Amino acid sequence: MTERGFGVRATTRARHILSHLDALEAESVHILREVAAEFDRPALLFSGGKDSTVMLHLARKAFLPAPIPFPLLHVDTGHNFPETLEFRDRTVERFGVRLLVADVQSYIDAGLLQERADRTRNPLQTLPLLRAIEANRFDAVLGGGRRDEEKARAKERVFSLRDEFGQWDPRRQRPELWRLYNGRHRPGEHLRVFPLSNWTELDVWGYIRAEDIELPSIYFTHRREVFLRGGMWLAPGSWGGPGDGEPVQERMVRYRTVGDMSCTGAVDSPAASVDEVIAEIAASRVTERGSSRADDRMSEAAMEDRKREGYF
Amino acid sequence: MTTTEIAVGGLLRLATAGSVDDGKSTLVGRLLHDTSAVMPDQLEAVRRVSRDKGLAQADLALLTDGLRAEREQGITIDVAYRYFATAKRRFVLADTPGHVQYTRNMVTGASTAQLAVILVDARLGFVEQTGRHTVVSALLRVPHVALAVNKMDLVDHDEARFAEIAEEFTEYARRLGVPDVVAIPISALCGDNVVEPSPNMSWYAGPTLLEHLETVDTDGVPEATRFPVQYVVRAADFRGYAGQLSSGMLRVGDEVAVLPAGHHTRITGIELGGAPVQEAFAPQSAVVRLADAVDVARGDMIAPVATQPIPADRLLLVGCQLASRPIRVGDRVLLRHTTRTVRAVVEGIDERLDVHSLRTDNALDTLYTNEIALVSVRTAEPVAVDPYEANRHCGAVLLIDEASGDTLTAGMVGVPTWWP
Repeated sequence: MTERGFGVRATTRARHILSHLDALEAESVHILREVAAEFDRPALLFSGGKDSTVMLHLARKAFLPAPIPFPLLHVDTGHNFPETLEFRDRTVERFGVRLLVADVQSYIDAGLLQERADRTRNPLQTLPLLRAIEANRFDAVLGGGRRDEEKARAKERVFSLRDEFGQWDPRRQRPELWRLYNGRHRPGEHLRVFPLSNWTELDVWGYIRAEDIELPSIYFTHRREVFLRGGMWLAPGSWGGPGDGEPVQERMVRYRTVGDMSCTGAVDSPAASVDEVIAEIAASRVTERGSSRADDRMSEAAMEDRKREGYF
Repeated sequence: MTTTEIAVGGLLRLATAGSVDDGKSTLVGRLLHDTSAVMPDQLEAVRRVSRDKGLAQADLALLTDGLRAEREQGITIDVAYRYFATAKRRFVLADTPGHVQYTRNMVTGASTAQLAVILVDARLGFVEQTGRHTVVSALLRVPHVALAVNKMDLVDHDEARFAEIAEEFTEYARRLGVPDVVAIPISALCGDNVVEPSPNMSWYAGPTLLEHLETVDTDGVPEATRFPVQYVVRAADFRGYAGQLSSGMLRVGDEVAVLPAGHHTRITGIELGGAPVQEAFAPQSAVVRLADAVDVARGDMIAPVATQPIPADRLLLVGCQLASRPIRVGDRVLLRHTTRTVRAVVEGIDERLDVHSLRTDNALDTLYTNEIALVSVRTAEPVAVDPYEANRHCGAVLLIDEASGDTLTAGMVGVPTWWP
């Protein structure tokens, strides 16, 4: 974060019309403050990915000069990119916030979760997440989900009610009007709140550029050993590696999303700077999730099903 | 195209209303496709599913119908938000289903919209549903309404037919006080006048739909300054009040009133994202500091002394029932206005509006789902409301069920001048 990062962009002030990034920022800051004001025990889901990093930056701006008034929660699959974890810890220290980690590995070790045949741990995150919410009695959980990511998300509210089992019922959503976000809930229920609902991938990158926000290095081009599986370049790691007929090769790649290593694919890219990434995305003909998430390719309703069960 | 070229004109929020039969999904699909907001992998998925269903061509509704029940039943249940951008603007599109039982969805979509696109089938012209969509747009005070007369290819691109529909619609919308009405002849299927001008309708000299969306004036009518306090920011030697300006602007030095208590004080500082500034304007999220150590908390309203609203505990609302359960006279509810929540009791439900005939009848003290009527409420504490006609954010309320937390009713303070 630079000095520039906390200023107002000049174009905005001159005309009294907000640029689209300023308008989105104002809306997100409003939502973050609503959460701080209306809930007893909120938490912010922080994965070290670009969306949650932008959300954290917005939370910082929302409450200055006071500190961010809620802790961060990370669901660690045990198969995260080391670069992401290093970034997560450094960011937490720099912002002076408290980090709670819900650890998928410990649930597997305790026999509460079973490793899947494909070694993918993304679907396994739901239980540790719900348990962490329950154990900490979180009544609102801020997530970096965006409606442009996926069509089940396109219909989710900014304030999204979860029942006492953490489940989402898309047919029983509350209508959301004006800027009146309704956070009322019964004991045991909680809300998932999505301040970036109206942002697109390009908005997120535009904002990262405008505010000079630091990201994990794997968002930019680097040389990496990868192998092809299901049409995606996966990187070998503690989660597993190539099988027979999956030769490893070195390529210049970057990541469009950072999730579990077992299901997050790299894309071939020479983009070394935010500007180059933006140019690449603007010219891209494939969606972010289509290019890099195996978990969403499972079925037409993969995301809806996971969301119903309590996923992010 | 990079973001430096995208959306220099800011953000436009729009709502679309119409049914699948009017070609709404085709229109939305075309807007997204022709502005490159739909990627080939999404289109391929739509083609694949369409083929599996035995359809001859790709069903673009599958792009927006995201929920399993919607795909299974071939209907749109909920408001879907879609995003696209051109070199001139960034758009947030609330795509609302048009059927009668979904009036509440259109109310939801229209509540934040600066522009509504209402679709009609050129063969059918102005139908009941068109009237309903126009009434909802007028009630929610969407400042710009664009009538897209679709399927012009099926009426031989006939200018007279278009003029007839446009005239009837414009007359109807004007009667409801819609300030800006534009009619555009299009064919969503062929792409005529959606993004590109049509070679088939040389008699039409106006903008394409997208050109209209890109250039429509979003300044709107100036509204008096309102700053609802969301949250008190406290740090060492610092006490500020966080909020998002609903309307107008605040400057350091302004004499303001804190409502509903009515204390007068002065703004001594304004911050945006932690940086001090001299002024802030709607819809910026700011932190405001005040000269006196007055008692200010969430739910208070800061407004200029000269143009402050008058707090009231009896409100007359135009109510639209959103919940599946009705409200009745005598019901105790929570009333949410900006950042303030107070207890309230429903004291009257009268003059139910028939959105087709524009007449009212006796509501029998009950408001059922999707119905619109006058609702009078009494609040336990005064609320600093504005008439909805004067201020869209500070004239809006929700009635909420205290036990379940469900949102029951959308309310707009005051009665519009055109109310029958």
